[in-house]
Amino acid sequence: MTGHDHDHHHDHDHSELSETELRVRALETILTEKGYVDPAALDLLIETYETKVGPRNGARVVARAWADSGYRDRLLKDATPAISELGYAGRQGEHIVALENTPHLHNMVVCTLCSCYPWPVLGLPPVWYKSAPYRSKAVKDPRGVLADFGFELPEGTNIRVWDSTAEIRYLVLPMRPSGTDGWSEERLADLVTRDSMIGTGLPKQPHEIA
Amino acid sequence: MDGAHDMGGVPWSGPVQSEPNEPMFHAEWERRAFAITLAMAMPGGWNIDMSRFAREDRRPEDYLSKSYYQIWLAGLERLMLERKLIASDEIEAGKPLHPTKPVAKTLTPDGVASMLHRGGPTEREVMSPALFAVGDRVRARTIHPPTHTRLPRYVRGHIGTIEMLHGVHVFPDSSSLGQENPQWLYTVSFDGRELWGPDGDASVKISVDAWESYLERV
Repeated sequence: MTGHDHDHHHDHDHSELSETELRVRALETILTEKGYVDPAALDLLIETYETKVGPRNGARVVARAWADSGYRDRLLKDATPAISELGYAGRQGEHIVALENTPHLHNMVVCTLCSCYPWPVLGLPPVWYKSAPYRSKAVKDPRGVLADFGFELPEGTNIRVWDSTAEIRYLVLPMRPSGTDGWSEERLADLVTRDSMIGTGLPKQPHEIA
Repeated sequence: MDGAHDMGGVPWSGPVQSEPNEPMFHAEWERRAFAITLAMAMPGGWNIDMSRFAREDRRPEDYLSKSYYQIWLAGLERLMLERKLIASDEIEAGKPLHPTKPVAKTLTPDGVASMLHRGGPTEREVMSPALFAVGDRVRARTIHPPTHTRLPRYVRGHIGTIEMLHGVHVFPDSSSLGQENPQWLYTVSFDGRELWGPDGDASVKISVDAWESYLERV
């Protein structure tokens, strides 16, 4: 960044963050005045990702797969149309592949080159997913990553790490917790965490939800 | 390009730290930077590969010292400056100083839902048969292009197995330069010890999605 004048008397915690804030405001003003962006469209984009698109979508997909074996088969065969059946599709989810966890295989998803993530089902990625520690360690020491998240896989479970280097987006289908026979899809969805669909966590156990 | 963005296997101190109940954005400027970036692709006319290159093509100390949305912002400014949609003195002044360059279209509120729903599919028509089949052994080529690529360094020179075919997709190395040049796309998996040596974890397999020209038969 250039051109910031520090000679005048303003407070000294004029941080990097607030300089960035000022720069973004300046850009929005310029682009709006030039007619390149419409602030109302910006508001709608933000509202969409803050309130409509998020991991609850993915949880519904997983819960449906747990509850309906026909759906599970369709999801594992060709996830994009199966996910679209629930109304989730589009940007950063144009080509989705679902990965089934088993007692012998645990899947974990990363994007070592940037931040590729299945937006329509998980929303925007959390900061840790985009961070250097995760992007570097997931492909070299995935068990160490799981330890960072506070869990360990049973002996004999192999790990499969998927680096999202193209426009294919991956969604982990975690194993259904035991003790959930006969549960409704809505109740099952309450067990599905965001991290369990990335592969850095497990679904909640029945006793963990009210 | 070889850059700080290519992080697979690079040593970092400290654990992966997740934030409980993390908000979608951590500051108002992140919201606006995110939305402006999505909206400007329409008048700007750039594609995702051009955007990625504009973000990653910077000195490592610059890339590593910026937060995620600061990198987005720097990439966006570069794309707009290159196309003369804005000028540096306008950013400094915080207002337009030069005549507006005409653009083909802009994003309106009633176009948001359809733009997001449409996304940017990269699959294209198959024009030639795939060179490789599931189970084939392939080596990721050792390449170091100065331009955009999606073949991470940690797999270059290593032998893996074709695990999936995904059809024919726009090739990012060309797309970042304005040509789609679609190619077959594969998932190629590698054993942990093939990538990381005898100290690697033998119970781990790692895959990348690789376009055909990244691969050679072994």
